Amino acid sequence: MHAAVKEPAVPRGSGLGALGRLSNNVTFLGLLFMLPAAALLLVFLTYPLGLGMWLGLTDTKIGRSGEFIGLENYQALWDDDVFWLSVRTTILYTSVASFFKFVLGLWLALLLNQNIAFKSFMRAILLLPWIVPTTLSAIAFWWIYDSQFSIISWALTKMGLIHGYIDFLGDGWNARWSVIAANVWRGIPFVAISLLAGLQTISPSLYEAATIDGASPWQNFRFITYPLLTPIIAIVMTFSVLFTFTDFQLIYVITRGGPVNYTHLMATLSFQRAIPGGNLAEGAAIAMAMVPFLIGAILISFFGLQRRAWQQGSKD
Amino acid sequence: MASVSIQQTQKYFGQTHIIKGVSIDIADGEFCVLVGPSGCGKSTLLRMIAGLEEISGGQISIGGKVVNNMPPKERDIAMVFQNYALYPHMTVRDNMAFSLMLAKREKSVIDERVGKAAGILGLNQLLDRYPRQLSGGQRQRVAMGRAIVRDPQVFLFDEPLSNLDAKLRVQMRTEIKELHQRLKTTSIYVTHDQIEAMTMADKIVVMRDGLVEQIGTPLELYDNPANQFVAGFIGSPSMNFLPGTVMRSGGNVGVQLSDGVVLQMPSGTAGADGQKVIFGTRPEHVELVGGSEGVAAEVVVVEPTGADTQVYSKISGTEVTTIFRERHDFKPGSTIRLRPDPTRAHLFDAANGNRLAA
Repeated sequence: MHAAVKEPAVPRGSGLGALGRLSNNVTFLGLLFMLPAAALLLVFLTYPLGLGMWLGLTDTKIGRSGEFIGLENYQALWDDDVFWLSVRTTILYTSVASFFKFVLGLWLALLLNQNIAFKSFMRAILLLPWIVPTTLSAIAFWWIYDSQFSIISWALTKMGLIHGYIDFLGDGWNARWSVIAANVWRGIPFVAISLLAGLQTISPSLYEAATIDGASPWQNFRFITYPLLTPIIAIVMTFSVLFTFTDFQLIYVITRGGPVNYTHLMATLSFQRAIPGGNLAEGAAIAMAMVPFLIGAILISFFGLQRRAWQQGSKD
Repeated sequence: MASVSIQQTQKYFGQTHIIKGVSIDIADGEFCVLVGPSGCGKSTLLRMIAGLEEISGGQISIGGKVVNNMPPKERDIAMVFQNYALYPHMTVRDNMAFSLMLAKREKSVIDERVGKAAGILGLNQLLDRYPRQLSGGQRQRVAMGRAIVRDPQVFLFDEPLSNLDAKLRVQMRTEIKELHQRLKTTSIYVTHDQIEAMTMADKIVVMRDGLVEQIGTPLELYDNPANQFVAGFIGSPSMNFLPGTVMRSGGNVGVQLSDGVVLQMPSGTAGADGQKVIFGTRPEHVELVGGSEGVAAEVVVVEPTGADTQVYSKISGTEVTTIFRERHDFKPGSTIRLRPDPTRAHLFDAANGNRLAA
């Protein structure tokens, strides 16, 4: 690579100082230009991650610096039912919410890719859940799910469909489905807009060719849209899964993990134990326990994202 | 194979009138080229035949059946798109087999027909490649293969060669013509390139602003253009037009150009005495003369192409293109004398551009 960049010929002893020679050194300049990015990554990514890993191996509490205790925290978590409950809830939360975000997001993207009235207005509206601060929308959901003032319960009662108010957040499973619904609502715009961008890269003449070839609208989707969209689906869903798996705000505002830890995700449990509970080490260990799952998700997407044969250029 | 009949067809996009009543009859097995400047409605008309655009008025029938409300797949047509529209995620084989696969044909039938089409187009070695791995000409061939495999009643081509470089375009032009001679399937071909139209067509339809200007064989259009537009559009370099006035005295007819020079015309020439006309002469029908014959022209540019020499000059302010088989080396600014062949010249009514019938 470096050979391609011709270094200007500086005659020996031409009067250029060490600094002058250095500023003509491609390797030095390369490192210099990478410095700001590297510094940012070190301070905001590597250091917290390293600190978390270290804390997980100590018995640090708030106000008391800990000592190295090896894997004791992890051994304790292994026997901790609440921890395993949060793992199961996180997996359920992530898989169900991601599934619905994908299906509904794709459906919305396909709708918005049609020639509909007020197209740009509809696209703008679609983004609303995404631009409202999460905490605000979480508070709105909190009201929607309130046991006494819930608009859903009120509407269903008025319609005569139910006779008592639904206890959305008091019952364990109800609470789980409720926060999943809130997460789906919040996450759809990201999926829908990204997939819409992907849909718009597909040339309309492909659909025309397929229509002339005899494809029905479903076959157009099945044989043209879906295969051409898979690279973008892989990227979008990887991000969506990562965001959902590490979700914190919605749960913390709506249920704080309750009732009886039923909606605790690994992220909320980690915070709960570390900050209000004061046990920094255990919180860090729970956070670290998320890493294998996240790496798994990334690996899946890595294989999903590999360029397909048809995306590659000429062989010869 | 089938004939195609287009009767008083209309197309509106909202308030915009795109096709203003077009009627064309295309015989079974004919190669018909729709040609015209961009925006004349030729592509829209083709897409209406394909079923990709609705027909706002009039009637289109294929093989005697009215297809106005028929979906594209029932019309038994195949279309080759300008950008080829190959399915990027399918191999050449799957691209060609797609329509048969959708029609749920047996695997053996599909393989046989794909193999046959690949043989005709020389694609046998490329069947397992993806479109991205092909050159422009190969993609073009795959697009045609996809059409051939279906064995349709009509082939529709929408400017299929405009994405190719000049050399390949000439080559593919010949290939498409050969293919048509072999398959004898009715073909409708849209292009803005009059050379493609002249070289390939059995029948040319010249369109402008949603209307048909003239329909005829290539040489009919070349020899007897109906109006000044067709005369200027067909032929390359295009016809020269000089404004003038018809002069009749006794049995003699002449056209007086703006600077007073009178060009003698054959005795049967139409046009009333004093009528304002446009005198049209093709670049290859102008002779270089000496002495005081012909018309004085000031040389602007000389372009030797090897086979012939194109000379751009000005006759009383109007630019004139001439083409000579001999080699000439005129200095720009020098004066030459040109004499158009009166028997091959055309007179157009200055008021409406129509050719004055002889």
